[in-house]
Amino acid sequence: MNAQQGTAGTGADPSALYRTVRTIRRFEETVEELTAANEIPGTVHLYIGEEAVAAGVCAALERDDLVTSTHRGHGHVIAKGAALGPMLAELMGRTNGLNRGRGGSMHVADLSLGVLGANGIVAGGIPFALGATWAAAQDGQTRVAATFFGDGGLAQGLLHECMNWAALWRLPVIFVCEDNGYAVSLPASASAAGSPVERARSYGIAAQEVDGMDAEQVYAAARSAADRARAGGGPSYLHMKTYRFRGHHLGEAVLKLAYRTSDEISRWQQRDPVAILAERIEPGQRAGIDADVEAAVKAAIEHARGGPLPDPLTATDYAYASGLRPRKGT
Amino acid sequence: MARVRYIEALSRALRDEMTADPKVVVFGEDVRQSLRRVTFNLATEFGEHRVIDTPLAEQAATGFVTGAALMGWRPVLEFQVPSLLYVAFDQVVNQAQKLSIMTGGQARVPVTYVFPGSGARLGLAGQHSDHPYAMLAQAGLKTVVPATPADAYALLRTAIRDDDPVAVFAPAALLGNREDLGDEVTPVPLGSGRIHRPGADVTLVAIGHLVPVALAVADDLAMAGVSVEVFDPRSIYPFDWDLLRASLAKTGRLVVADDTNKTCGMAAEIIATVAEGMRLRSAPRRVTRADVAVPFAPVLERAVLPDKEAIISAIRDVVGEAAAA
Repeated sequence: MNAQQGTAGTGADPSALYRTVRTIRRFEETVEELTAANEIPGTVHLYIGEEAVAAGVCAALERDDLVTSTHRGHGHVIAKGAALGPMLAELMGRTNGLNRGRGGSMHVADLSLGVLGANGIVAGGIPFALGATWAAAQDGQTRVAATFFGDGGLAQGLLHECMNWAALWRLPVIFVCEDNGYAVSLPASASAAGSPVERARSYGIAAQEVDGMDAEQVYAAARSAADRARAGGGPSYLHMKTYRFRGHHLGEAVLKLAYRTSDEISRWQQRDPVAILAERIEPGQRAGIDADVEAAVKAAIEHARGGPLPDPLTATDYAYASGLRPRKGT
Repeated sequence: MARVRYIEALSRALRDEMTADPKVVVFGEDVRQSLRRVTFNLATEFGEHRVIDTPLAEQAATGFVTGAALMGWRPVLEFQVPSLLYVAFDQVVNQAQKLSIMTGGQARVPVTYVFPGSGARLGLAGQHSDHPYAMLAQAGLKTVVPATPADAYALLRTAIRDDDPVAVFAPAALLGNREDLGDEVTPVPLGSGRIHRPGADVTLVAIGHLVPVALAVADDLAMAGVSVEVFDPRSIYPFDWDLLRASLAKTGRLVVADDTNKTCGMAAEIIATVAEGMRLRSAPRRVTRADVAVPFAPVLERAVLPDKEAIISAIRDVVGEAAAA
């Protein structure tokens, strides 16, 4: 079983989409357990409930296309094709992690796959997508970038700067808003005035709202956005209506925040993106994929646990590409 | 080669790097018209695809060049006003600067930020008079403040060739200064200081436009029998601690002239490092900006900035008996 689980380039095949959403789901459930068991330090922002967005968008991308991600980035990185073992090892702070244990959940990146990084600052990675697609065009390549952000990002000035600029230069960027209803605890209705879709259109950006729980619908929307971008038609804005089934981060359960009801969560869980796709593929095939995913996740855990912890003497390594050594604190 | 002004030296360095490397491209506000003169005539010479006006969106522009750098380009980003750094601060210190370590060495961000006309310029008031190099040094960003046209030329070329983000501050007070660059300018690596004038009694560390002020101070005090060594770090981060140590081993006395706020400014860092690991014969002094925004009226502006008289006074304090002799 190839440890690469991503959908990049797989197109509309529902079984490939199912494989990806299932992989992200099982990866995230594993992360939840490993965080609770203190095998993953810090905290994590789980993507459970939103898997269809990453899977559908990345299925419309080619391998050389680009992604900028968010603090809730595991799904994007996996969907773009990152190997699960190094991904999990990174979350566990191991030297065999994608970022050699220097980034963790909020900064996980795989530049070899065009993943320009998760990002701990809301909207912080969006301008990378502009500059990277521009640079590729100067090199004679059309590389499309999907830049992910949440409904909270709609309130950030940097998003406005980037939508304005991408529209001016007709850059091949797909702005993907993952509207999961809440910016931490703030309802989306208190984040963004007016209609985000109409806002995008006012820049001259093609925009639509999408059922973000259905990976096939996400794929269809992303496919047309990617085609438009590749044809020189400039950026698109996709407003994904989705929902996170877990808290903002894993610390939320301890804090007992009460900004949403269990009824609301249950209602959205009726439209579980994994279940929606599962119903569309033949049961035997599904069982095979499920078994593959279990094996891949198990192998990832073994890979991650087998990786050495970094040597404290290397704590300032990689601070500079030039090899400059920073001064020590003592 | 004719004597060239500091601003022309920057322009020449940019032109030479753009000629040497087709991946060098310059972004900024009004860079095609070259409001700041660093990019003078470059759009005509290299084409508008390599000299690119951005919308007035400093955060986006700073992140944009990071993205281009991640794809193997070497962008130079001009900040028309140095204080615009504050608008883009997250993209500089929290994104570009940290990507190398956060990605475990996957990312390299060879971006050069150029700040022409940094510091106060008589009458530009609170929001256009800052000289914000010290805060970048605190963030570990490679930062240079060249004091002469030759150093400006050499260090801008070094900055563009470096594989990490580098900030180049060109002090406003120096932009018209001229120097004969000769046929070939010796390259200057980052972290390399320079003794402009040797002396025996006191080491005067001066940064940027305070270097020529320090040389004038040294001239004045030589007549009074005080021998001042003028040390120009050139590179704020990394800093040439070895050269400073060698200078202090000779003089044993230290004054630092630094046109940033006193609190947590560059002078504070220099004196703290010296206090920890080097020997002084008398207590050091620093001459800095007041901890205040620059007020508008020129008489008030002058009152909050470091100047020649304050440096002379500080040296007299530090040298004590030697000065009286």
